[in-house]
Amino acid sequence: MILHELLSYETLRLVWWVLLGVLLIGFAVTDGFDLGTGILLPFAGKTDLERRVIINSIGPVWEGNQVWLILGGGAIFAAWPQLYAVSFSGFYLAMFVILTGLILRPVAFKFRSKRADPRWRARWDWVLFFSGVVPALIFGVAVGNVLLGVPFRFTYDMHILYEGTFFGLLNPFALLCGLVSVAMLVMHGAAWLQLKTDGEVANRARRYGSVAAVATVVLYAAAGVALWQAVDGYRITSAIVTEGPSNPLFKTAQAATGAWFANFENHPWTWAAPVLGLAAPMLALVLMRARRGGLALLASGAAIAGIILGVGAAMFPFILPSSLDPRASLTVWDSSSSHLTLFIMLVVSSVFIPLIVAYTSWVYKVLWGKVDGEAIADHRGHAY
Amino acid sequence: MDFDIVALSRLQFALTALYHFLFVPLTIGLSIILAIMETVYVMTGRTIWRDMVKFWGVLFGINFAMGVATGIVMEFQFGMNWSYYSHYVGDIFGAPLAIEGLMAFFLEATFVGLFFFGWDKLSKRAHLVVTWLVALGSNLSALWILIANGWMQNPVGAALNPQTMRMEVTDFGAVLTNPVAQAKFVHTVSAGYTVAAIFVLGISAWYLLKGRHVALAKRSMTVAAAFGLAASLSVAVLGDESGYQSSEHQKMKLAAIEAMWETEPAPAAFTAFGFPDQQARETHYALHIPMVMGLIGTRSLNTEIPGIAQLVRKGEDTIRDGIVAYDALQTIRAVAPGSPVPAAAKAVFEEKGQALGYALLLKRYVDDPRQATPAQIHQAALDTVPPVAPLFWSFRVMVGLGIFFIALTATFFVLSVRRTLDRHRWLLKVAVLAIPLPWVAVEAGWIVAELGRQPWVIEGVLPTAMAVSHLGVATLLATIAGFAAIYTVLLVIEMKLMLKAIRKGPEEFTVAAVPAAPKGRTHAAPSVNQPQSA
Repeated sequence: MILHELLSYETLRLVWWVLLGVLLIGFAVTDGFDLGTGILLPFAGKTDLERRVIINSIGPVWEGNQVWLILGGGAIFAAWPQLYAVSFSGFYLAMFVILTGLILRPVAFKFRSKRADPRWRARWDWVLFFSGVVPALIFGVAVGNVLLGVPFRFTYDMHILYEGTFFGLLNPFALLCGLVSVAMLVMHGAAWLQLKTDGEVANRARRYGSVAAVATVVLYAAAGVALWQAVDGYRITSAIVTEGPSNPLFKTAQAATGAWFANFENHPWTWAAPVLGLAAPMLALVLMRARRGGLALLASGAAIAGIILGVGAAMFPFILPSSLDPRASLTVWDSSSSHLTLFIMLVVSSVFIPLIVAYTSWVYKVLWGKVDGEAIADHRGHAY
Repeated sequence: MDFDIVALSRLQFALTALYHFLFVPLTIGLSIILAIMETVYVMTGRTIWRDMVKFWGVLFGINFAMGVATGIVMEFQFGMNWSYYSHYVGDIFGAPLAIEGLMAFFLEATFVGLFFFGWDKLSKRAHLVVTWLVALGSNLSALWILIANGWMQNPVGAALNPQTMRMEVTDFGAVLTNPVAQAKFVHTVSAGYTVAAIFVLGISAWYLLKGRHVALAKRSMTVAAAFGLAASLSVAVLGDESGYQSSEHQKMKLAAIEAMWETEPAPAAFTAFGFPDQQARETHYALHIPMVMGLIGTRSLNTEIPGIAQLVRKGEDTIRDGIVAYDALQTIRAVAPGSPVPAAAKAVFEEKGQALGYALLLKRYVDDPRQATPAQIHQAALDTVPPVAPLFWSFRVMVGLGIFFIALTATFFVLSVRRTLDRHRWLLKVAVLAIPLPWVAVEAGWIVAELGRQPWVIEGVLPTAMAVSHLGVATLLATIAGFAAIYTVLLVIEMKLMLKAIRKGPEEFTVAAVPAAPKGRTHAAPSVNQPQSA
């Protein structure tokens, strides 16, 4: 097949770096409000009916939302196989803990409603809480560790050796990033509940959401300052080859103070991302106070996008730096799939991602409107 | 490579995959049965068919949640436990997994919410479309997963790139049209249909025995019997095609399944029964049926099927070729990037590169395969024989049950045509007792396919022992224990909820028609808690 040479390897790598961001943001924005709603469940809902209203607000959509994570996993495997191999084997126990949460969540939704016993239901409510808070925290901790650099190296045959420990991941900077992640998803879940519920649940969601929005701004700013003052970035020290084979060991790199801010200095427009990450939560706060749930949800979604894009802008072209052997760091230019695979996956994605967005929007449209407490009380419409 | 880590990683993968595969076939089959039932409802307007969809839908939902939950683990496990595998073949293997998400799982998971929540928000026809889209999504999922799996059994359309030290795709069309993948897809999906058909048949039979929900049970049985008969016949036909494909692409797997120690004159006999002994290389108390194996495996009377001993000898030769390829590869890799590659090494690698995987079998015994002793080469060749007895038995369990399912569904098909479904109580009891058997068959099928692939993770390309992540034994033990504990608890709860829903039966849905008109949510509609006699 010669067709794939229509797009250069360099272009395809850039496109797939952008798509990696799209998938991460797609996951954080859609599944994010599910996780946030799960975290808020025990606090925003006090009676069983209120909790069922909360659960039913995400009931019809969480399955579809969670596919962003599955798709993210698959797309990383297909487009960035080394990122897939290094990150998931390196963060092995952290991944196991996340998976535990994600295994328990679907069944908690399904199983909770099957028995009326309050103790049974309370147990699943806490499962939903932990399966929201734990993945949210660990995803943030993982991003923090990526910014710090991860202790891995390659053997000559490209076997991956990871020399860190699970508790090594829980360092202060990474935990701060974890808290940013929790705060932003709680804010997002609260905005969702504003949109989908009314009465006491919406009021409580507004209160928690306001606190979370302020916390998001403060923690994100604190993480930014810490990154500036206390964290070394990485830079490539050899000539940058954008069309070469995907072998990280063909370059050299090193840790360097301030390297994570080089892109912002060289291309000041990239400041737009972190500025969005700081401004949009404030906007979400104002909109939540003004009881504009839909707009607040958009604003908190924009905040999430800004926060994630800020990380991407700081690190580019690095994707996963190695603290143990900086040469082994994965970058956009040396850890992708082959030219042909990137091209095929781009064609498939350009057909199906618009289709997914279209039918997902249709489903949300069908389900538009507040969750009807009376209908829930009557067990109509196959509700949880 | 520490052998404990390999064994533990395999144990974890087998555990999580076999467990995931408890739920997937039922989802694949039941989604189609639901769509068929709802089609009848929309075409005839008889509400009992809608009640059937809702009732079986409850069981579908419980099962679906478990399938999703356990599927998440599968998607990440390659990276977690099989990092060298992910690096080595991610360029090819990752694509079908990602396409599965894009094309199939998104469709299925997005519309499954509307299936449950959309009854009074959608028109009858729109809801029917939603149900069919769920069914389409779950079946397309299976297609892409089996394209990925088919490539592990028959790795076409890819070549090693010495610079990146991994396999890279050369012909994606060949990956898609891989004959092994196609046969496996239809075989596996049909097996899923059979699982669901026997499930519906058995539960309906239980209702008939109890004299409950008779109208619903009889209609469900009629659908299940007809659908199950077609499906179980398809399983057999495509199972046969899979066997034929093995004779071409995985000769060792076929020989091991048959416990065929030596090459026999064509057409070979089929060993219906016996006790394979891998040490002594013979099958005790073997019961042979003349000619059958040759006919199934080669579809001819004069083509030989090679036996295990002959394949081991051939494997030894291939290992020697592989060592030559390995040596050429090292020469090529030693060249600095951008510099010209020595022509001689390149020519050797092009000629013998296909055998490289066989040299990697030696890595268990020696770091550099070029230093291997003849004894090590012989041992590595012996390693190409998968465990014969478990394969031999799993295969016979699978085939035996398959034949039983054809008989069972055919019987009930005849009864439903004659409208005498409830006349023979003993047959109803057989149907109830048969409920767990399809799961035994599909799990045995997984064992045949994947244990039969050993010692390869990618047939002929990458040995399983090389593919694992460098994790600690304690770490692996912890996660295995963790998965086993969570999965056991969930399975117990799941079974209890299923049994509760089955015992409760479909009453709660047979209400005086809550109007199915879109957005027609009048609060005056009768509560579902008031059962109405159907």
